[in-house]
Amino acid sequence: MRNTRLAPYLLIAPSLLFLAVLFLVPLVQTVALAFQADGPGGAAWSTANFARMAGDLNFADAIINTFEIVVIVVPLQLCLALGMAMMLRHVQRGRDIVLWIWSIPLGISDLAAGLVWLAILTDQGYLNTVLNWLGVVKGPQSWLSYETPIALLAAIVVAEAWRATAIVLVILVAGVQLVPKEYGEAADVFGATPWQRFTKIMLPLLKPSIQTALILRTVLAFEMFAIVLSLGGRNFPVLVSEAFTWQYANQNFGVAAAYAVVVMVISLAATLVYLLALRTPPEQR
Amino acid sequence: MAEIVIDAVRKAFGPVVALESVSLRVADGEFLALLGPSGCGKTTLLRIIAGLETQTSGRVLIGGQDVSALPPRKRGLAMVFQNYAVFPHMTVAENVGFGLRMSGADKAHIARQVAQVAALLQIEPYLQRYPGQLSGGQRQRVAVARALAIEPAVLLMDEPLSNLDALLRLEMRAELKGVLQAAGTTTVYVTHDQTEAMGLADRIAVLHAGRIVQIDRPTDIYRNPATRFVGSFVGSPPMNFLTLPVANGHVELGSLRLASPTNAATVVMGVRGEDLEITAPGTGFPFAVRVVEPMGSHTLLTGSVTGQMIRVVAPSDSRPAPGDVLHVRPLQGHVSWMDAATGAALETKNR
Amino acid sequence: MTLRRGVFLSGIAVLCAWVLVPLYLIALGAVGGRDAVNSWPKSFWPAELSLSTITAFMNIAGVWTSTLYSVEAAVLCMLFSILLGVPAGYALARFAFRGAVAFRLVVLLTRAFPVAILALPLTVSFIRLGLYDTPLGVGLMHTALALPFAVLVSASLFQAIPREFEEAAWVFGCSGITAFLRVVLPLALPGIAATAIFAFVISWNEVFAATVLTVRHKTLTAYLLSVLSESPLHVQFAGGFVLIIPSVLFIFLVRRHLFAMWGIANR
Repeated sequence: MRNTRLAPYLLIAPSLLFLAVLFLVPLVQTVALAFQADGPGGAAWSTANFARMAGDLNFADAIINTFEIVVIVVPLQLCLALGMAMMLRHVQRGRDIVLWIWSIPLGISDLAAGLVWLAILTDQGYLNTVLNWLGVVKGPQSWLSYETPIALLAAIVVAEAWRATAIVLVILVAGVQLVPKEYGEAADVFGATPWQRFTKIMLPLLKPSIQTALILRTVLAFEMFAIVLSLGGRNFPVLVSEAFTWQYANQNFGVAAAYAVVVMVISLAATLVYLLALRTPPEQR
Repeated sequence: MAEIVIDAVRKAFGPVVALESVSLRVADGEFLALLGPSGCGKTTLLRIIAGLETQTSGRVLIGGQDVSALPPRKRGLAMVFQNYAVFPHMTVAENVGFGLRMSGADKAHIARQVAQVAALLQIEPYLQRYPGQLSGGQRQRVAVARALAIEPAVLLMDEPLSNLDALLRLEMRAELKGVLQAAGTTTVYVTHDQTEAMGLADRIAVLHAGRIVQIDRPTDIYRNPATRFVGSFVGSPPMNFLTLPVANGHVELGSLRLASPTNAATVVMGVRGEDLEITAPGTGFPFAVRVVEPMGSHTLLTGSVTGQMIRVVAPSDSRPAPGDVLHVRPLQGHVSWMDAATGAALETKNR
Repeated sequence: MTLRRGVFLSGIAVLCAWVLVPLYLIALGAVGGRDAVNSWPKSFWPAELSLSTITAFMNIAGVWTSTLYSVEAAVLCMLFSILLGVPAGYALARFAFRGAVAFRLVVLLTRAFPVAILALPLTVSFIRLGLYDTPLGVGLMHTALALPFAVLVSASLFQAIPREFEEAAWVFGCSGITAFLRVVLPLALPGIAATAIFAFVISWNEVFAATVLTVRHKTLTAYLLSVLSESPLHVQFAGGFVLIIPSVLFIFLVRRHLFAMWGIANR
């Protein structure tokens, strides 16, 4: 039966080839691009791109802003999604509809989400209408300019939380469905309070799902840029928007690549941290 | 209709040996049960016959033809799977006619054949339904009908009744036997349930750790187990085993003095619970009762003899209390002897 | 109804509103007539229902064609992801082969890499290959993002189909290929369709690569991003609304598969 031994390789070959050409090659090229600079004798290995990136006015801001958002948004989304997933367990009628509504943002791009919240938060937007009606502000008020950095940060956090909590929720709900109800009931019989059931039974059993959700969310949060551009324009630089600007506006591929490498290193480091911090020992599986 | 010959088939998964050189002959029209605990290799052997697994060495012949290298579809057999594997996206009629459709039979023939086996297995009312709308027992019938519809030379069944509840299992067992007797198909039936094997099979092959330890008619397997393992696996309750010292070619047990077939220091005496009768004190050997379980048709007594646990099947009106000491003795000619070291049955003089 | 239950239900309602109200408001901006967009204070009820803002938006030079490019790239991404990903998923689900674990790991790891790192050098390669500034190029790039997802999800789909179905098909006269086509594929089809829709949405929503890899043949997201700073608000709202509609529809279509897909793709 020689062909059955060969079959799996034939089946994975196309996708493997595709990923090699459109994933591995660009990856290596970007790293190479970031570490090369035009010298007198053509391209040569150098860290000039990184020096130029680090020397740029926006670099420090971009790093700080990116981390600020990730550090606020990711835990916020995790708590929100955990709460929603737990609430869903107690919804009797209309669970499917609630679940569908809560997962709608999953299909919405960060650009569209940015535009949605722009409609609400812009000077003559709905937020100001409400605040005006409440008497908090008088007339249109600007929240998204460089003069109101805190408000701008808050706006981006809210928009991100609105858009991307859904993916965390879906992963957690899928994980919750794998946890048999009997575990919670057993704990209940032995006298655990609802909070103890959550912290001692549900959370540990959900650890693999939480890990997946955190990895995915953190990586995607470091990649965020369209939501920032649509809400704050260039007032709120983040790492990827800087990469975008260097590539697209400044046509400097080397510095853009350096930014991309920085984002990649941070993403991989975050993934590694999650993998180690939230690993489930094999004997507990 | 065909004879199956399994010739020195061996199967290893990497370093793990699932089957040690198994040889076996299933006669044309015979019903053979492969019986053994889980992990004994019985399912692997069945899948090798089916062609779903490739043997490491050895040959499989069906109807005199070496099918070792043929894919399942070219072996002329049918199979009933443990979870039925009735296709959920096809109606019952499409499921039953599937094999014939694949072999390119004409529509009229398929329709005739489907109607015939549907009648045989009483699934005519469901022919246009989907399997999802059927109960486990009905799905089981569809799986058998699908297998019989192609009039296979060989029918393979992999624990087909194990997913049914106890009552339904009993009912299907009897029905299966009737249907298969009428069809006269050579059948290999894998099961871990010894009552199924006893009830259905012409012959039983008991497998243990990748080997066939005994192959015989059901009653012979029951009466004369070839090893201690067979005795404890076949029959419920399992056969009792007492390890006894041998002195001067005899063993002594209470007031009994029995001839030992061996002169080794110890020997194992095997006797079934229903072959022990309660006798008057002073005869037989003392049996200290610990647990009494009234079963309706009989009373099951668990207790000890010389510190070794045995079970006695007593008449249903017998109700000793835990702690009582009874006297029991084996029926004449119903004692088996096993080698204490190997567990293999020893030739006896008093049989 | 107890107080507890009341608090619980209002919590559910608030969270539903949290998702739906912003969607309602952008819809209001898009179909509430052009005056509403520039009015102050804003009305929370539509003064009129008109498609004038949307039609005006679609009539802007380039919008309609970029919508078509978006669809084209998304359809290509969908096709490539399924055609490449489903066989690989089948291999992962059904064969124990040397390298299977490594392959799964490679596929999983692709998630940890930002799209920026892939898109940047592809600009250069695509120019050389004539793929730059084409929907095909964007579709290929997006396939690199959607393919890992397609592989893992289809692997879990096939794993959920008992192997016995296939074995029964073999015993009853099927070859490997006919068994796949007649038994496995029909059973996996709804899940594969959901995966395809998801690949479509991934491509439809992607901004960075689409912008970097196109100049004149921009996708809708790329177009909107490039005119962001100079276009009036009503254009932006209409654009956001047009972007959202298909996504919401698609999520509705795949809602049954969402959890099965993510639940098993996790592990």
